[in-house]
Order: sequence, then structure tokens, then C-alpha cells
Amino acid sequence: MAALLASLRTPRGLIVALILLVFAVLPLLTQAFDQRYLLSIGTRIVIWSIAAISLNMILGYGGLVSFGHAVFFGIGGYAVGILAANGLQSAWLQWPVAIAASILWAALVGALSLRTRGVYFIMITLAFAQLVYYVSAGLEAYGADDGLNISRSRFPGLIDLRDKASFYWLCFVLLLGTLWFCGRFANSRFGFVLRGAKSNDQRMMALGFPVFHYRLAAFTLSGAFGGLAGILLANEGAYISPAMMSWVKSGDLIVIVVLGGMGTLFGPLYGTIAFFVLEESLKPLLDLVHKGWGEYWQIVFGPMLVLIALYARGGIDSLLGRRHG
Amino acid sequence: MDYLLIQMLNGVQLGLLMFLLAAGLTLTFGIMDLVNLAHGSLYMMGAYIAWTLIGLTDSFVLGALLALPVTFLLGIAVEVVVMRRLYARDHLDQVLATFGLILFFNELVRAVWGPAGKSIAVPALLSHTVEILPGVLYPAYRFAIIVVGALVALFLAWLVARTRLGMLIRAGASNRRMIGALGVNIELLFSLVFGLGAVFAGLAGLMAAPISSVKIGMGDDILILALVIIVIGGIGSIKGAFVAAMVVGQIDIVGRAFLPDFLKTFMAPAAASSAAPAISQVLVYVLMAGVLVWRPTGLFGQRN
Repeated sequence: MAALLASLRTPRGLIVALILLVFAVLPLLTQAFDQRYLLSIGTRIVIWSIAAISLNMILGYGGLVSFGHAVFFGIGGYAVGILAANGLQSAWLQWPVAIAASILWAALVGALSLRTRGVYFIMITLAFAQLVYYVSAGLEAYGADDGLNISRSRFPGLIDLRDKASFYWLCFVLLLGTLWFCGRFANSRFGFVLRGAKSNDQRMMALGFPVFHYRLAAFTLSGAFGGLAGILLANEGAYISPAMMSWVKSGDLIVIVVLGGMGTLFGPLYGTIAFFVLEESLKPLLDLVHKGWGEYWQIVFGPMLVLIALYARGGIDSLLGRRHG
Repeated sequence: MDYLLIQMLNGVQLGLLMFLLAAGLTLTFGIMDLVNLAHGSLYMMGAYIAWTLIGLTDSFVLGALLALPVTFLLGIAVEVVVMRRLYARDHLDQVLATFGLILFFNELVRAVWGPAGKSIAVPALLSHTVEILPGVLYPAYRFAIIVVGALVALFLAWLVARTRLGMLIRAGASNRRMIGALGVNIELLFSLVFGLGAVFAGLAGLMAAPISSVKIGMGDDILILALVIIVIGGIGSIKGAFVAAMVVGQIDIVGRAFLPDFLKTFMAPAAASSAAPAISQVLVYVLMAGVLVWRPTGLFGQRN
């Protein structure tokens, strides 16, 4: 508790506390100011943060550039959607199945792709994600390319996911859980082995650590949390489609993690907020400069990514001063 | 039998188009060690530039021929402004920056040419069919693509194996810093190679335009297929890219042409015709996974 209070005195701790505070009361704020739209953006920010944190586990801490992470949006989402379309709506069934499917897929893809490195790893993770994408686009019974409207998961007598505020709070609690887990993960022996392998895997192997197994375990864990984000995303829109896992979404997730600050606990959170705020604010800003330009906001956003890649490697987290511990 | 032959020719034609795209990609990968996701954007830009120039000159051949130097210049410009700052960076930076370029080019096209797709008509000269075997007719335009594609492949093989530039390219692929130390102007070499890759990508884009359509994001899906091809073939290997492109072309076309009939023997017709393209796509990725498990650096990649 004392350590927690002490961390509030640093700018980083203060900002995290502020962000989490605002997130905790967001439904009350949006209700007070009658801005329903903001709540739905807030929900998506929370869900995407969970996915970004899960990608950060392997990308940030492990140095493994997975270019197919959005596939877990799809696997989590389709597991929920397919069960719901077949009349199985209990979340107690749907959610464990969805997580298990994500874990299985992550373990399979990890076992194959972690044998390769560098560019080959980037490409093979992308290719496996595309594989699932094309399979989902071929599922005639579940809407093929167009996707499928589904009914939301049911927690009978516990929580109604159709209520926007309750759903938001559920997502928020899950985000806190994910953050807690990732914090423990990063500072555990397991996390340190992974970080060691990122800077020098030969040396870690020489020290006797089975690096492949550690990486596979991390990849699988990351997939499980990615699947959780997929479950939530499907429930948020009550809709699943192959577009959930298009490779552009995987690119967006990488952008978010790098933008926020790789290998930092709260970086993915900053990154997601910044990404969504940029998306929502560039449009009106450009429209202000010249009517009609807002539609083309990506003409500005694209070069911004180039500049971030070239000049801002530390991400937002590094703006908050040096880290200790 | 004739049907099989025609479908296989279609596979060759698709394979050659993808080879044009993959050749530039594998060269920039091999020599500059650059992951260029924006290569598909050059494919798209080639098609759009050709559409404009064909409209202006009222001639397919003239427009297409003029589009090539323009795409070359565009490639050089992209290299000078963005790419050369990325060579020394790690792959993650390259992925991020070229992903940004994709967004930029897609949106630029939407702003300049509008959101609706364009179409380029098959040139009148090639709108008939040719008799490739007695009684077997094949569209002349598709046949022309095969001829041009094969010529370009031969030209590349000659360029890489027989010329001074090719010698530098091969030397650069095996040891970049050494050829710099030997006094070769690396910056110029890299710009040239990138421009060459851009021309091939643009050529593929404009040749594909009359049989598909010119639309935003047209380069993105085929780019991923081209990436798969160079990974199967081995990064940096032109020969590998050619072999893999041919195999992938056959899988894709034959899958689309024959799987529906095969699936209909045990599936509902509607489900079969929507599942078949998906399955043929999946086969390509399964092939890639298999190759990488067997040989983690591709069929013709350097092993170290």
C-alpha cells in the first residue's frame, strides 16, 4: 500500500492513476453529459487495450514480432458466435470454449512458427492469421464474408451484457485483471527469461534455459488473452465477421503497442487511447482545415506512423521520464 | 482435358504476375534486408497511373509504356524519402513504417481517383482468342500476359546472372557491407534496385487491371500472397520466387476451378462454391507452413 502511494508521486504513477480513475467512472460521466457514443468508444478502447497488452507480452517483452495477433479477435469472436448461432448462449460454456480454442491455436501456431526467426517469423504468423481469415470467409453457414449478427453471451442472473454500462464495467474489470497478470508475468522469473532471450537468446540457451519452450508458453498465454479480447469484441457489437481479424487489424495492434511503448506495463493502454483519440480527432481537425478533408485522415495518419517508426521508438511511455524498476 | 489445359495456363498467368511482384520484393528483402509491406501499393499505383495515362493517350500500349517510367520515378521517390532511412533499422520499424505507407497510398488514391473502382478495357488488338492447340482457344490478352511475364522473367535471369549490375546485386545479397567497403556506390545501387522492383510491381498491376479491376487496396491481398511466395522460395532468391510463384499460381487456379465440382459430390452446391476459394487459399498457407517446418529458410534460401 505504501509502495502504491509512493508511486503516485511520480508523473507516471499519477497519470496511470488518473487514467484508471476516469475509466472506472466513464459510464457515469457519459451518462451525466449524455454522450452515449463516447461510452461505446470507451468500451472499444478497453477491449483493444486487453488485446494490445496480450500482444505486448510477446512483442514487447519477448521481441517476437507477431503480425497475426488479430486472429485471436476472430477465434474468440467466432467461438462465441458459432455457439450462439447454435443456441448455446451460456457464457459459462461459450467463454471457456473460446479461450480454449485460442490457446490451442496459439500453441499450434507457436510450435510451428517459433522454429523460424526474423522476417520468416513475421510472415508465418501473418500467413496463419490469413488462413483463419479465409476459413471464416468461407463459412457459408455463419455469414461468410458478410459476417453474422449474434445474440450476446448470457450470464443468467448475474449480469446482462445488453446493458451498455454493465458490459463496460465487466470489460474494465477484465482489463484490470489483465494488467495485474501482465505485471506479475513481466516481473516473474518466467518474464525475465523471456526478456533475456529477447536481448540474447544464444546466451540464455547457454545458461541452460529452454528458450523455445519459454517462448511457446508466452505465445500461448498471449493468445489466451487475445481470445478474451475477441470474446468481448463479439459481444460489444453483437456481431462477428472476418473483418475482425483482417491483417490491417494486426497491423493496428502492432502500431498501438509501439506507439504506447514496447515492453512497458501501461504502454499498450496509452497506445490504445492515443490511437483511438487520433482516429476520432484527426477527422474533425482536418474538416476544420478544409471541409471534406476529414474523410481522408489516413493521408495524415500514415506518414505519422512512418515518423513514429523513425523517431519515436520509446513510445508515449518514454515521454513520462525514465523508468526505474 | 482442354478445360484442364486452359485452367493450368491461367495458373501460369497468375503465377507470372505474382512472380513480377515477388521478384522486386525478394530483391529488396535480400539486398537491403528491408521488409517492404508497401510493395503492394506500388502495384496499385502502377494500375492507377496506367488508367490515367491510357485515358489521356487513348492507347493501351502507349499508356502502359508511359506508366512504367512514372512508376520507376515513384519508386525512387519512395526510396529516397522513406526507405533509405529504414535499412539500418530492425524489422519492426520497417513493418510499422511501410504499414503507414500503405494507409497513405490507399487514402491518396481515394482522394485523387475517388472511391469507386476503375476498369481498363482489354486492348482491341488483343481482344480476340488464339488457338494454342488445334481446337483449344485461349484469350489473346491472357496469352500476352504469359508472354510478357516470361520475357521479364528471362530478362531478370539475364540481368542477375550476366550483367555487372546483377553481379553487384548478388554480391549485395550475400554481403552488403563488403561491397560498400569495396567502393561500390551502395546508395545508388539500392535506389536502382528499389526502382526496378517498383517497375515490376507496376507492370504486374497494370497488366492485371483488364482481367480484374483497378481498386483501392488491390495490392494488399496480392502482396500477402507475394510475401508467402518469397518465404516459400527463400528470401533473396529470384529462382525460389519463380518456382514458388508457379506452384502457388497452380494451386490457386486449380483449386478454384476444380474444387467446387469435387466438393459438390458430398456438399450442397451453394456451400461448395463458397468453400472452394477459401480452401484453395488455405492450401497455399498450408504449403508455406509445411515448407517452413521442413526448411525454415525456404526452398532456396541461404541457410546459416
